[in-house]
This record gives sequence, C-alpha cells and structure tokens, in this order.
Amino acid sequence: MRPLPIVAGFLLAGTAMAQETPVLTVYAPDYFGSEWGPGPQIEALFEPRCGCDLRFVTGDVLSRLLLEGAATEADAIIGLNTDQTARARASGLFAPHGQDTSDLTMPVAWADEVFLPFNWGETAFVYNTGRLPDPPASFAALLAAPDDLKIVIQDPRSSASGLALLLWVKAVYGEGAAEAWARLKPKILTVTPGWAESYGLFTEGEADMVMSYTTSPAYHLIAEGDATKKAAIFPEGHYFMVELAAQLAGTDQPALAQDFMDFILSEPFQSMIATGNWSYPARLDPARLPAGFAGLPRPPKTLFFSETEAEALRAAALAEWLEVMSR
Amino acid sequence: MAGGPVAVTRHLPGLAVAALILALGLGTLAAVLWRGLAEGAGAALGPADLQAIRFTLWQAILSATLSAGLAIPVARAFARRRFPGRAALILLTGAPFILPVIVAVLGLLAVFGRGGLVNGALVWAGLPPVSIYGLQGVVLAHVFFNLPLAVRLILQGWGAIPAERFRLAESLGFGPAEVARHLERPMLRAVLPGVWVAIFVICLSSFAVALTLGGGPRATTVELAIYQAFRFDFDLGRAALLAGVQIALCLGAAALAAGVARPAGFGAGMDRPLPAPGGGVWLRLQDALAIGAAALFLLLPLALVALSGLPGLTQLGPAALAAAGRSLALALASTALCLALALPLADAAARSPFGRWFEAVGLIPLATSSLVLGTGLFLILRGQVAPAQAALPVTMLVNAVMALPFALRAVLPPLRDVQADYGRLAAALDLRGAARWRLLVLPRLRAPIGFSAGLAAALSAGDLGVITLFADGRSETLPLHLYRLMGAYRMEAAMGAALLLTALSLGLFWIFDRGGRHGAATR
Repeated sequence: MRPLPIVAGFLLAGTAMAQETPVLTVYAPDYFGSEWGPGPQIEALFEPRCGCDLRFVTGDVLSRLLLEGAATEADAIIGLNTDQTARARASGLFAPHGQDTSDLTMPVAWADEVFLPFNWGETAFVYNTGRLPDPPASFAALLAAPDDLKIVIQDPRSSASGLALLLWVKAVYGEGAAEAWARLKPKILTVTPGWAESYGLFTEGEADMVMSYTTSPAYHLIAEGDATKKAAIFPEGHYFMVELAAQLAGTDQPALAQDFMDFILSEPFQSMIATGNWSYPARLDPARLPAGFAGLPRPPKTLFFSETEAEALRAAALAEWLEVMSR
Repeated sequence: MAGGPVAVTRHLPGLAVAALILALGLGTLAAVLWRGLAEGAGAALGPADLQAIRFTLWQAILSATLSAGLAIPVARAFARRRFPGRAALILLTGAPFILPVIVAVLGLLAVFGRGGLVNGALVWAGLPPVSIYGLQGVVLAHVFFNLPLAVRLILQGWGAIPAERFRLAESLGFGPAEVARHLERPMLRAVLPGVWVAIFVICLSSFAVALTLGGGPRATTVELAIYQAFRFDFDLGRAALLAGVQIALCLGAAALAAGVARPAGFGAGMDRPLPAPGGGVWLRLQDALAIGAAALFLLLPLALVALSGLPGLTQLGPAALAAAGRSLALALASTALCLALALPLADAAARSPFGRWFEAVGLIPLATSSLVLGTGLFLILRGQVAPAQAALPVTMLVNAVMALPFALRAVLPPLRDVQADYGRLAAALDLRGAARWRLLVLPRLRAPIGFSAGLAAALSAGDLGVITLFADGRSETLPLHLYRLMGAYRMEAAMGAALLLTALSLGLFWIFDRGGRHGAATR
C-alpha cells in the first residue's frame, strides 16, 4: 500500500498544476506600485472577479513595450498618456478594447477604439490662498502679472505634465505662443524634470504657483483637511489630460485581457479613482463623486489637441519653447 | 619579473574586471546603438546638443575646480588640527555626498532659496535678494555634493605623507611655506588630478540637479538630452550617440589628468602618529576658519532637511521599514561586490605597465548614462532571463560598478605607495598572491578600504534604482518609497523617509569607515 500516497500526491500536484491561477500581466507606470496609488485597489477588486492573479509590472511602460515588441509578456497596459498614443498605435501591438465610449463623463468626446480612458483631469496652476490671496484670474493676467510672482513648471522633454503645459500654451495662444512664453519666462522660478520635484518646491514655499492639475486641491482637502490649496481657473480654458489603458493583440490570455478592459469602465473601478488616483473617473455620475471633488471649480472651457494634431505640433512647439527659454 | 606569462596571469583578475566594466559601459551602449540603427533612426547632433555639451562641460569644469580647490584648505585644517568632535565632524561633513538629490536640493533651497535663510537675512538688512537659480545654483549644488568627497580624498593624501617627513621638516626649521613646497605640493600634485577628474565626471552626468537649480533649458546637460531622446523621441540611435559623447568627454578628462599627475615619491615611513600640530595664532585661525566655513556650508542645509523630516517620521508605515531593510540588504551585497571588483582593478592599475589604462577604465561607470546602461542591459539580457528575476542581481551589479570609481580613487594612491615602497622587498621575499594581499596590502589599505566600503554602501542605499526597465513593482527600496510618497502628494511623509534614508546611509558609511580606521596599521 505504500506507493499509493505517493501516486496520489503526484496526481494532486498534477491537478493543482492544471488549475494553477492564470496570471494577467499589466504594464503600468511606477505609481501603480505605490501603496497609495490605484494599483492595490485595482488588484483587490479585479482578482476575485477574474479568478486570476493580476500582476502589475511597473516602470517606463511604452519604452519597455517598444523594446520588447511582439515578444512582450504584457497582456495589457495601463497609464499611457495621450502624448504617447501615436507611437504606441504605430507599433501595431494593440487590439481594440471593445467598449462603448459614447457615455463617458469626460469634457471631450472619445471615439478611440484602441486606447480606453480610465481617468482624466485638466492642467492648472495651483496656489496657496495664504501666500497668494489674489491669484491671476486668467492666463492673460498670469502673463501680465508682476515678475516677482514665481511659478514652477516641468520640462516637456522629461515629463508628461510639462508637455501638457506646452500644448496648453499652444492651444490658448497659437501663433503667439512664443511671445506668451517670453512674457511668462521671468516668472518661471525653475523647470524641474518631473511633477513631484515641482510640487515639492511648491509645498516647501519656494514658489507661489505650480503647474499641476485642477484636481490637486482635492487631495489637500480630503486627505489633509486643508482648504488653502486652490487651482486658478482661467476663462481661456484648460488643457485636457487623460490616462489610458489598452490590451495587447498578441496576449496569451485574451479572455482575461478583455475582462480587464470590461472592468475598467465598471462601477467598482470608477468609483475608486477619485481618491485612489486624485483624478476624475472616466465614467461616473458626478453626483457620486466625493464631496471634496464635487466642490472643485471646473474650467469653463476644455482644450485638447487630437493625437494627430498634437503629434504635428509637438516638435515645433518644443523647439519654440527651447528657443525662448534659452534666450 | 617583467613581461612573460607571469605578468599576464598576475593581472588576470584586473583584466577580467576591466572587461566587465567595458562590457557594461560600452557593450550596453553598442546594444542601444545597434537597436537604434535597426530602427533606422538618423543619429546626428544638432545645435541644441552642442549647446548642451558646452553647458555640461562648463559647469563640470567650474564645479570640479571649485570643489577640489576649496577642499584643500579644509583637508589641510583637518589634517593639522586635533580637537574634540573632529571625527564626528569629518563624518557629518561627508553626508551631502550620499544624500538623495531631491533632498539635498530642498536642503540647499532652505538656505539659499527664495524664502531661504540667506535671502531672509538680506531682506532684513535691506539688501536685494539673490537668486540661486542658474549656473550659480548648479555649481553651488555640485560643490555641496562633491566638496565632502574631495576633502576626504585629499585628507587621505595628507595622511599618506609619512610622519617622519614632517619631523624632518620640523628639525630643519621649515616654516609653513617650506612644508607646503616640499611636502604638501608634491602630495597634491599626485592626488588632486584624480580628485578633479572624479568630480568633473560626476558633474558631467548630472541631470536632476542641473535642471532643477539651473532654472530652465539653458541648463540642459547631455544626460537630459539622452533622456529626451528616450522619453520624447524614442530615438535610440541619438541616445547612444550622446552617451558616447559623454564617455569620450570623461576619457578626455582622465587623459588630461594622467598627464598632470606625478607620483609624490615620499618613500616609506614607520606609520608613527603625526607630530603635534605647530604654527602660530595666524595658522590656527586660518584652519578654524576653513573648518568652520565648510561645516556651516555643508551642515546647515543638512540640519534643515533633518528638522523638516522629523514630523514626517511618525507617518512612516511598515512598508517604509520593509523598504529600508531591502535597501540595507542590497547595500551590503553591492558593497561586497564593489570591493571584490575594485581591489583587483586597483592592483592592476598600480602594478601593470598599462596602469593608466586600468585607471581610465575605472572611470567609465561614472560617465555611463544610467538610462543607456539600463536599456542596453535590458536588450542584452532579454530572451535569456525574465527581467523581473534579473532585477535584484542587475541592481546589485550596477550599484557595485557605479560605486567602483570612488573605491578606486580611494584605494589606488595608497596601493601605488605600497608598490613603490614595498614592491621590491615583497618580490625579494617572493611574497605573492593571497599571502601578499594578506600580509602586505590589506593591513596597509585597511583605512581606504573601509572608506570605500562605506561609500559604496551609502551610495547603493541611496540609489533610486534607475534601471526601471527591470523593476518588478514589488520589491520597493527606500529611495523608491520616498519618491512614491512625493508622487502621491505626501511631502511631509517623504521628508520623513528622506531623514530615515539619510540616517541609514550615514550609519552604513560610519560603520565601515570606522571599522577601517579602527586599529588600522596605518594612520
């Protein structure tokens, strides 16, 4: 009778192998690995639903994907910006998401069949009411403000929000963008490589305003009970920023990847976004937003360049910015 | 002894290390270039790149010259004076070198920034405020970072002048001018070029500091241009080209320094302690001033960072501690590996007829763009191992190699002295291989090895893990934890994490450095 348990053990091991939890690999920006970011909540919500192991692989999503090409391990990606979609699309690695995007709660209509929005926001200059009781009321007023009003911005060459600012100025001033930058330049305290450094300089009191998002004050209000941080709302309009997800055409887990796409616009995912990623959810009844969000002022106008427009403008706008800023 | 198979096998470990460094530095570059060419990218340098190269060179020359120059009086003062708290002061003034960039920048801004102490005092005195942003800020920050390294390396040079020479000078009635001419200047001529090059190359690959304090794109460095080629254009060919320029600049500087440096040739001593410091009131005052000014410049920003980190300490959770533990383990492993690589390379540099080449190879890691290194490694290892599995060994190896130039800088001059002073005796006694290391080299190199280990551990603990392509998203280190806190608006907690990280790095540095000096055979 002795061999039997061993055989039984092998059989059990065999069935366990066959029923091993399938893994869904999703490439994501580093903040998805943070315990305060949306990553852990997405895992907790999605894993019981799919009966799978959702693994975020964090880092520079698009670079890694382009380096790996069709051999990538990724089944899906999340956290792409609109300034990256043209290159991502050209790689031909992606499959349609298959979602109905006609009823999204975004200020911009979205018909892209490959890249699916999961949250959005708008660029804004954030200030502290204690230090700056009388902020500029428009972009024009910001340009005309005295030069001792100091703002801190991000470099468009290394940061998504920095690039969004570049396009924001282009959207507002068009041909006059160079002149606008020339007028803004004396007020630019410094340019940082990323958003975090800028925001750090702002909260340490080094700058009066920081290039950030309309939703930034919600963090201070909800998490810190601090109502002194506000976004200056400009009638000229604010630039739209959206974060996107997509599934890989060559995935070996097509059902799971599709399920992940279906999950993104679902209620549980969307209602977590406001305080999980301090952004507006892509599809959620505004009445269901937390109080701190509902009270945020909204810009009267949302500016946005389509992927092709932005791609056509990008290089020239950067050259123009570099020229003016290096004078 | 010279020539023949013996000479080749003796330098085999050194050759192997040099090959590894070349593979990491140039091999990864080639891998990126290869891929870039395959994608048909047109790789040419534009006017903006030339402007970036000009700025990079100019700020690096200024930063290195100021750091090395200012370090001379400070190191001399530390070498000449004995006072209570001297060891602690030397340790603490070394801290800026191992601070995470953003923390050091915030500390400097608390002193020199718009709302900093200096401008506060100027406004109070009715004077116009000064701006830190611009070339002056970049150089200021680089001096803040690198002055400590220069002081330590030059101080080590002072310690390497045998006490007998000072005694002889005293009995010959040398004044400070004669001591400077006959003892100090020859020592500086041997040590200073290496120090200058090391700092020059560190500043060459500066990115975040230069941009943040540079005030805008006028302060674009080659490293930022490389980043742009990746992030903005995904033009690998251009990235590789720029990284090649960066390495060429580094090797050019190394060649220049090798031409200037001369061995001091003091000969061996008896390792006795230095004679009691002499000099009149004027000399004492001068030394007190040098130490006081350096301490104020280096410690004030540090103290302000520590102060602003205290409230954040209470906000750190178990994740921060786990991250700290991971950083600690990584630092220890990287340190062991770093020493295992640095000693054979230094040995080959000190003893081989091609020593200068080994020395130059040891500088390459400093000039290597971390972005290109990470991408190249990713391209090379892809298909061989899963990136997530390679994450830990790759991080360890990269950290070890990145710290190697500093270890080499610290170990090489005393190793050359050992070779010059005892090389013939050792050869006559047929002292070779492991016995030579155990009986001759290691006892005489204990202090610089301890210093190197401390530096490697501290640098590795503070490293952000630039090789994001390998990240598995789970094994979070303390610097990454800090950065994620900042990215999630939690600035106060981030400053707490910064304080914890500084304490961890400094603690590691202190333990190794002290371990090296405690009971060392040499001073």
